[in-house]
Amino acid sequence: MTGRLFDKVWDRHLVTSPEGEPPLLYIDLHLVHEVTSPQAFEGLALAGRPVRRPDLTVATMDHDVPTIGLDRPIADPLAAQQIARLKENCAEHGITLHGLGSIEQGIVHVIGPQLGLTQPGMTVVCGDSHTSTHGAFGALAFGIGTSQVEHVLATQTLRQAKPAAMAVTVEGALADGVTAKDLVLGIIAALGVGGGVGSVIEYRGEAIRALDMAGRMTVCNMSIEGGARAGLIAPDDTTFAFLEGRPHSPKGRDWEAALDDWRSLVTDDGAEFDHEVRIDAAALRPAVTWGTNPAQSVSIDGKVPDPASFATPAAQQNAQRALEYMGLEAGTAIRDIGVDVVFIGSCTNGRLADLEAAAEVLRGRKIRPGVKALVVPGSARVKKEAEELGLDQVFTSAGFEWRSAGCSMCLGMNGDILTPGQRSASTSNRNFEGRQGPGGRTHLVSPAVAAATAVAGRFTLPGDL
Amino acid sequence: MPGVQRITGRAVAINRANIDTDQIIPASWLKRIGRTGFEAGLFEAWRSDPDFPLNRPGAAGAKILVAGDNFGCGSSREHAVWALQNFGFAAVVAPGFADIFRGNAISSGLVPAQAGADAVAAVFAALEADPAAEVTVDVAGLAVEVPTAGLKAPFELAGYARWRLMEGLDDIGLTLRHEDAIAAYEAGRRPWLPAQPVPQA
Repeated sequence: MTGRLFDKVWDRHLVTSPEGEPPLLYIDLHLVHEVTSPQAFEGLALAGRPVRRPDLTVATMDHDVPTIGLDRPIADPLAAQQIARLKENCAEHGITLHGLGSIEQGIVHVIGPQLGLTQPGMTVVCGDSHTSTHGAFGALAFGIGTSQVEHVLATQTLRQAKPAAMAVTVEGALADGVTAKDLVLGIIAALGVGGGVGSVIEYRGEAIRALDMAGRMTVCNMSIEGGARAGLIAPDDTTFAFLEGRPHSPKGRDWEAALDDWRSLVTDDGAEFDHEVRIDAAALRPAVTWGTNPAQSVSIDGKVPDPASFATPAAQQNAQRALEYMGLEAGTAIRDIGVDVVFIGSCTNGRLADLEAAAEVLRGRKIRPGVKALVVPGSARVKKEAEELGLDQVFTSAGFEWRSAGCSMCLGMNGDILTPGQRSASTSNRNFEGRQGPGGRTHLVSPAVAAATAVAGRFTLPGDL
Repeated sequence: MPGVQRITGRAVAINRANIDTDQIIPASWLKRIGRTGFEAGLFEAWRSDPDFPLNRPGAAGAKILVAGDNFGCGSSREHAVWALQNFGFAAVVAPGFADIFRGNAISSGLVPAQAGADAVAAVFAALEADPAAEVTVDVAGLAVEVPTAGLKAPFELAGYARWRLMEGLDDIGLTLRHEDAIAAYEAGRRPWLPAQPVPQA
């Protein structure tokens, strides 16, 4: 048999494929947060429908929670109302909620893996496009809209036409100082921002196998930035070592049975994909985005591209428009671009390994005067673990603000925003116009480059300091 | 949700590719807990430009948005669909849609009419020549039409999605017809899969 990992996970969740309808897939884990769920719960109430499987549903608050002053009431009345509504909805339906103040509160895509809730071969959904993160465990994980959130709450299934299967094979090894973030930005640059539309990507090859779980999550997290429906990495000993002993991981004989099962979750030799892309890991350098979508990146050694260098008039126009928004001149060396704000955090790069990588650069250094820099751990537990390692001291001594867990400046819902015209180096996932605040200019980078850039005040590699 | 057979009205043309949902409705609007009142946030940043198509006379009351490829990329926020509908749009015509946006649109009754790149270019040209031209998105006939320009082109919409949009059907109700299959599946799930304790009411 020559099955693909994607087919194996898909097939084991197929509830029914009725004639003339998209198949129904069973959902093993539904993650819920405050922003995309209130209208779904309201829909259930209007139709008089219960939550079918509250035991397979887990909620947290992340998108608009404050990251400072948690001892005070939430100042933003709309955010406070939304957070209160999530509490009410979870209480009414018996849904586990890791709310503010809980050690398990945090960004939904950080807490799932941290708790061992995300396991190989599962289906995971959440009303958030970065749900693709969970694919790092060999789980099939889809970001969904609010109507689908309501559908999953009511039926524990998702209606989903089967996407195409794409293989992104990363051969060779990443050079020293080139991280998973640089790798995925390179992949998206190769795919284009819409190159993955209609597909589930399986990331394969030596460079993927060499990544730790934090790195694999960073790669799968940004699958959506290439337009893909989901991203997947086959589970292996790295995956199993991460999962063993976590609160929701199988225990005892179940663990042994699960391991036997999980080891079958690989793409068999000879299996074919609908699309294949090959990336040479050794050719990648630390990446910095210059434009207003995540496919618009170059090496930190490079220059802001000339719009005239793009192939089609539409692409030239897009690049021109991006440069105007970003306030950049073609031909400027990336290292000559100064920044006002540095943000380290998000579901892409808010894990302990990311904070460690940034702290390593900052130890014994100070950020450049005039730069505002903040670290927002991906979860309350990541914050605690970092503090146990003394990382908070490293960050605050360097001049960073040490915040509490949430999505924060990745999307700027909670008041952590750029002011118009401000330029950031950000470890988040989107550099869309206004993403971090109206008029803000976002450059996506890895945690190590973000830290070095905070020290120099312009885009810099740790080795340059 | 009411069924939709055929949409006819004025159109707004935004000839840009990769319009992301952060542009359609910025994050600051996502704190609202209802599905209405998003129209003032629609393309909020771009509307600060007086020449932006949504600010032109005639945009108010338009029913059809025409846009570039990969419309609705980025965030899964269904608020983007609601904002378009709250403003008055009933259909979006584009050469391609981001997957999540397309699903959200169909769920909420906004027609995502995916026409060929050449056909969409012709619609843009027709609207540039006559911004007040009446456009029809014929869901039953799977065609986009600009009669004054003599233009009629097919668009793609999956059969099930088209049927649901035309009938205005509730997806959850349709799925619950398969309740027996769901229950049968649940009986055979792997025993170690994670589950949360549920307090007894």
